[in-house]
Amino acid sequence: MSTIPQQRRLLRSAMPLGLGLVLGVGLLLFCLMASVGLGVADISPQTVYQALTAFDGSTDQLIIRTVRVPRSITALLVGGAVAVAGAMMQGLTRNPLADPGILGINAGAALAVVGSVFWLGTTSLSVYAGFALLGAAIAAVTVYALGSLGKGGLTPLNLTIAGAAFQVFVSSVTMGILILSQRTLAEIRFWLAGSVAGRDLDLVVQVLPYLVVGMVIALIMGKQLTTLSLGEDIAQGLGQKTAWIKVTAAVSIILLAGGSVAIAGPIGFVGLIVPHIVRFGVGVDYRWILPYSAILGAILLLVADIGARLIIQPQELPVGLVMPLLGAPFFIYLTRWQVRR
Amino acid sequence: MITETSTYALTTRKLTLAYEGKVVIESLDLAIPTGKITILVGPNGCGKSTLLKGLGRLLKPIQGVVYLGSESIAKLSTKVIAQRLGLLPQGPTAPEGLTVKDLVSQGRYPHQGWLQQWSKEDEKQVNWALSITQMQEFAHLALDNLSGGQRQRAWIAMTLAQDTEILLLDEPTTYLDLAHQMEILDLLYDLNQQQQRTIVMVLHDLNQACRYGDHLVAVKAGTIYDQGHPTQVMTAKMVQEVFDLESRIVSDPVAGTPLCIPIGRKGGMTSVVSCLNV
Amino acid sequence: MKQQWLILRPPGLPMSFHLDHRVPGIVVGLVIATFVAMVVSVGQGEYYVPPVAVIRTVLGLETDNPDYAFIVMTLRLPRTLVAWGVGMGLAIAGTITQGITRNPLASPDIVGVSDGASLAAVTLIVLFPGFPTALIPLAAFGGALTVAVLVYLLAWQGGSSSVRLILVGVGFSLIAGSLTNLMVTFGNIYNVSQALVWLAGSVYGRSWEQLNVFIPWLLGFGCLSLVMSRDLNVLQLGDQVARSLGSPLELKRGLLLLSGAALAGSAVATAGNIRFVGLMAPHLGRQMVGPSHEGLLPVAALTGGFVVVVADLLGRLLFAPIELPCGLITAIVGAPYFLYVLIRDRNS
Repeated sequence: MSTIPQQRRLLRSAMPLGLGLVLGVGLLLFCLMASVGLGVADISPQTVYQALTAFDGSTDQLIIRTVRVPRSITALLVGGAVAVAGAMMQGLTRNPLADPGILGINAGAALAVVGSVFWLGTTSLSVYAGFALLGAAIAAVTVYALGSLGKGGLTPLNLTIAGAAFQVFVSSVTMGILILSQRTLAEIRFWLAGSVAGRDLDLVVQVLPYLVVGMVIALIMGKQLTTLSLGEDIAQGLGQKTAWIKVTAAVSIILLAGGSVAIAGPIGFVGLIVPHIVRFGVGVDYRWILPYSAILGAILLLVADIGARLIIQPQELPVGLVMPLLGAPFFIYLTRWQVRR
Repeated sequence: MITETSTYALTTRKLTLAYEGKVVIESLDLAIPTGKITILVGPNGCGKSTLLKGLGRLLKPIQGVVYLGSESIAKLSTKVIAQRLGLLPQGPTAPEGLTVKDLVSQGRYPHQGWLQQWSKEDEKQVNWALSITQMQEFAHLALDNLSGGQRQRAWIAMTLAQDTEILLLDEPTTYLDLAHQMEILDLLYDLNQQQQRTIVMVLHDLNQACRYGDHLVAVKAGTIYDQGHPTQVMTAKMVQEVFDLESRIVSDPVAGTPLCIPIGRKGGMTSVVSCLNV
Repeated sequence: MKQQWLILRPPGLPMSFHLDHRVPGIVVGLVIATFVAMVVSVGQGEYYVPPVAVIRTVLGLETDNPDYAFIVMTLRLPRTLVAWGVGMGLAIAGTITQGITRNPLASPDIVGVSDGASLAAVTLIVLFPGFPTALIPLAAFGGALTVAVLVYLLAWQGGSSSVRLILVGVGFSLIAGSLTNLMVTFGNIYNVSQALVWLAGSVYGRSWEQLNVFIPWLLGFGCLSLVMSRDLNVLQLGDQVARSLGSPLELKRGLLLLSGAALAGSAVATAGNIRFVGLMAPHLGRQMVGPSHEGLLPVAALTGGFVVVVADLLGRLLFAPIELPCGLITAIVGAPYFLYVLIRDRNS
């Protein structure tokens, strides 16, 4: 009944929403600069600029080029990718509590990495990345397969149940290994907390293609996802090939979430919360939700990472642990006021 | 006041109700006649379901009072109200695997206590409710295995097992085919006739409302547009002003009650006339 | 007639009850199964005690080995009893939460009790390694209760709502979870190992002392839940129906939530975060006796108790001499089973 006014509203709001997006990118660039400049050693914007344009080998400039820049780029990429993956999961399952964790992606990646440390004794971040990506993909495919065995095929509920059970199973096996082997625990616990510190550009470049392809697929699928989020029957009635959409979305989610966990370890929260916050502002159209989620996710992870460096100087905290501490109170506040029933 | 209580089962005084922060019913005076079937009609979103919830104390009024007989409903305990007034909301859901008998016996809740959980009276009322709704043969089947009509009858049986003098029902015939709709309405009519129960329900079908209702209340935007016997209330003017629909009122060839025939763009005058000539 | 009720009306007394006819048989079956599992479990270990000797020792009769009394009564029996009680507590708590939220996937964790308890316990184990182990359950219970109360208060907005409750619960789980992870990431590695065992859920080394602290909670709130099974039956028909049937909704829901939180909180405090029992036991119970709570609560409780006793036994046998915490076993065995049940049900 209200589709026509709604469409009009959408058209009318396209302008401010587009503008907001531009503003968001501006804010993101500002956060990026802050992230490069701030830390245990505060470095002036001027030095930052010189380090990037006219490198002279001073300590400050060395910090910028080898530590801060890779780290900030990692935070930006991972934050954006995880947030978009979360938004897609929520659209796909029509479950507001869905995040990449629910497909078992983080749990699968963690098990693969912990297993590789336990049996093969791997120690390098780039080898972790390979195993993490493999584990994430296997996990997502398994959950999809299990979910489609239930009645009615790959319904949101089946996917959620399969994901939840799989996640508990896999994380219990991981925990079992950590209990049996203290060496593995000592080696891997920092990685398991989720962090963007100490990542070098080679690692980022190695995983970048996955993230880019995943992001492109996601942004193209905005319209289809909006239709699908109205419900499977309606989407099919509107002529959508829902099975195909679901598989494509899954590929995109695996690339984005798998790529992120490969670089930074399991980072929760961003994928769950960012799409909610975005939805309060831009409504239900995934053509807007997805790009906004990408920008907001990147901003959030950059800011949280700055916080992770500054909270207890000179000790650093893993950003994966800082973010829930900063974000969850805000989430509770939103819940109190937004959930009427 | 006191003289009114014998004739009116439920009355409201300056009742104001809000739903999710929005005022839906404002300063409404309404009297539900005892022992009659009262039917609330009105367009979507006019507040008739909200009004029904207000009458059944599911919504707390912002202002005003609902009287159950002569007592203010806010001053009665919820259990005492439940012994006198039963309410079936729209589209209730039951947990998976619950049998019809399990469900119907929940209707005895207000009559039970910690020690008295399944008295002979409970058993008698539940069996009666099952038989009058013709659900006895399904008593031990799970609700999810039944058809929509059977499920609705099970819920009505639960409300009947509550054994109350007043029944409030929110669209008891939604999702049912025509035959099942008539079955439910006939059942309620029999209950009213044989046991003088007061029934208040929301119906969408104006013709069914005229056929079964003793008292028709037309609700428009949170206020009462008109109320009274269907023959007085159901006029082309009322349908025009409440539903924003052009129509013609004729006499129901079966029951003699008013029959509303919408005009719409397709039929026009001629088709209505020719239809009636046949 | 496929299903019938057992009706109990003692003549001359103002009392009457009804139960699904399957309940007594299943209860007896579960009690026997649990008893067998317990006898086997108490007998197993580095020092084997034959089943007959176990029973004789527990009954206080003479046995041919004087060491048996110490091994059985001091080392093994309290541990097994704790496993049983904790399983029952978690199962009742799970049944209550699933009934209140009308969500078959809800587990007692929704109000954040496990995370609150975990945070308190892990903090003590990691930051204050000298803290007496026997007192950790008490602190954990404090943590559980604090979080549960905070969640309920913050979710209260002129009335309670299951959706708000779940979401605020998620928020607190995230906060408590990341603080716990902080301890795990930065703590002394030896302490962290111990904390992980606690986090996984284990009855290792539990003694009469802990059992005695836990029992009053289990009995008190277990009985309260059973008494309120009628209210739970009505609540699972939805808020509107429950209120029109005359249930003082907020009061009953509050009380039930309190029971659930207290049971789950005390269980987690006693034995750590044993997963899947609170989720799985109610489902198994419903398959056996249907969704009416007067029968479901005891059956689910006994199922939960049995599962944890068996899981503890398996955890000791599988990788002997290394012990796996029973919480890992419940999850590793429970998750696939749960999935299998759901898929099978949905196809039939």
